[in-house]
Amino acid sequence: MLEQVLYVLSWIMLTVGGFFVLVGGIGALRLPNFYTRMHAASVTDTIATFLVLGGLLLQAGLTIATVKLIAILVFLLLTGPTASYALANAALLSGVKSNATFRKVNGKGSKSGAGQETSVNQETDASQETSASQENNEEQSK
Amino acid sequence: MIIIFAVFLLTLLVITAIAIVRAENLFVAVMLMAIFSLLMAANFFILDAADVALTEAAIGAGVTTVIFLGALSLTAENEKKVELSRGVAMSIVTATTLLLIYATFEKPKLGDPEAPVHQHVAPWYLSETPKLIDIPNVVTAVLGSFRAYDTLGEVFVVFTACIGVLFLLSAKNPADKQSRRTPPESIGLRHHLIPKVVGRLLFPFIVLFGLYVQFHGEYGPGGGFQAGAIIATGIILFALLEGEKTALAAVPHSVMMAMVAGGALLYTMVGVVTMFMGGNFLDYSVLSSNPVFGQQMGIILIEAGVGITVCGALLAIFHAFAARENY
Amino acid sequence: MSMYVIVSIAILVTMTLALARALKGPSVYDRVLAVNMFGTKTVLLLAVVAFFYGRPDFLDLALAYALINFVGILAVLEFFQSQRNDDEEQAKEQEE
Repeated sequence: MLEQVLYVLSWIMLTVGGFFVLVGGIGALRLPNFYTRMHAASVTDTIATFLVLGGLLLQAGLTIATVKLIAILVFLLLTGPTASYALANAALLSGVKSNATFRKVNGKGSKSGAGQETSVNQETDASQETSASQENNEEQSK
Repeated sequence: MIIIFAVFLLTLLVITAIAIVRAENLFVAVMLMAIFSLLMAANFFILDAADVALTEAAIGAGVTTVIFLGALSLTAENEKKVELSRGVAMSIVTATTLLLIYATFEKPKLGDPEAPVHQHVAPWYLSETPKLIDIPNVVTAVLGSFRAYDTLGEVFVVFTACIGVLFLLSAKNPADKQSRRTPPESIGLRHHLIPKVVGRLLFPFIVLFGLYVQFHGEYGPGGGFQAGAIIATGIILFALLEGEKTALAAVPHSVMMAMVAGGALLYTMVGVVTMFMGGNFLDYSVLSSNPVFGQQMGIILIEAGVGITVCGALLAIFHAFAARENY
Repeated sequence: MSMYVIVSIAILVTMTLALARALKGPSVYDRVLAVNMFGTKTVLLLAVVAFFYGRPDFLDLALAYALINFVGILAVLEFFQSQRNDDEEQAKEQEE
């Protein structure tokens, strides 16, 4: 009985994990700018990894494979978000813009309005960028 | 099913390879090379070659990217355009492709037990390994004992390659000397708190895993080469986090050079000792009164030699690229 | 048995999508993102295929990737940082 429950559970976890992997992949290809793509990709780093490896864990039973799977899971959950953070940080510092979506959403009005929106967004981005680099400088001075 | 996966991965491999050749920005090419290596390892794995896949994983995932990026920081960002007559190149490539396609007609099917490669010495290795050496991983037995000469040659290839790279990179360019700015000292990533903490956490596990691969090579996939690469990756991680200087203080140049030479020397010495004890060169059976145990001891010793040389060579090459200006 | 196949196919499709992103760019960061994603997918694929083969010893490989992939990404980060420093210095020199 317990075995069957575990089997069904691992089936569900693996399938849902596969679904999330797919969703993350489609998002990373289709979303409009770098930061949104990164958010889609990090879905595959966290929940999808957790579900797929969790499903395998239920299949493994109590063997040496369980230990290895748990190690893989822990390392991936540690390094995935860290790599995402580091990448987002590097992109922000080098001034990759994130206003592509704003332009689309706000650009429904007249053409001149859209132009204003864009410039405002660029200003806010620039201010974010300077604040980020200031933070970095502060860190470095420490 | 598996064969479909393998063909699919091979197709991706071809697409990536073409993209690498066509990429003009060298950074893009380096990133695509990383993907190429990942695809390659997945392919090896699906074709059931776990030892080769582990080698590709140990080298391709970390060390090559690091060394390529080190090389990239010394050169320009874009590929130099070379004007060559395309006709000659195209005809050579076409001829080679046709020749290779012609050669595949005679090839046996994938996994065919009647294939010549499975009829030659492989059955002998498979049947004699339990009797003569008594370890589960036949690949290690073949590399470490039956074909120990070849492996010795490979170790000296690594040794020579390391010396060659160091010679090339330490050559001074007198014309360039004055124009070169004094580079900012590499401080590593010590101001990025989160990567630093996670990296420090990971570092001991990488080295531990390297040792596991080294000493578990007789039982599972792995061995000296992979272990050396993994441990070198761990130390490179340390260098990335803490900066060149700290890493060089931990593993100085003299230690690296001693490792490169010492590993190869250890391997050779095992062979010389077997000769003194009355056997052939690299015939480990004489190392102990029990020949099977002697074989195992010999394999462990030479694997250690391989691991030490590879680790030292990779570290020396990494530092040579990273500290190019200091030579 | 079949669930391994389903997950493997999902992972392979995502690998293809990540490869497409790496080829498309447009910025270098997109490519790094794609490489990172590709690495995680390889770890998952190796783990799933190891179970599909019924040979859990092969999980060593997935473990190696899980540990080592991070080093490559950190190297890229360090490369960007040193390039930024270089650019700043060059700008300073030009001002002088």
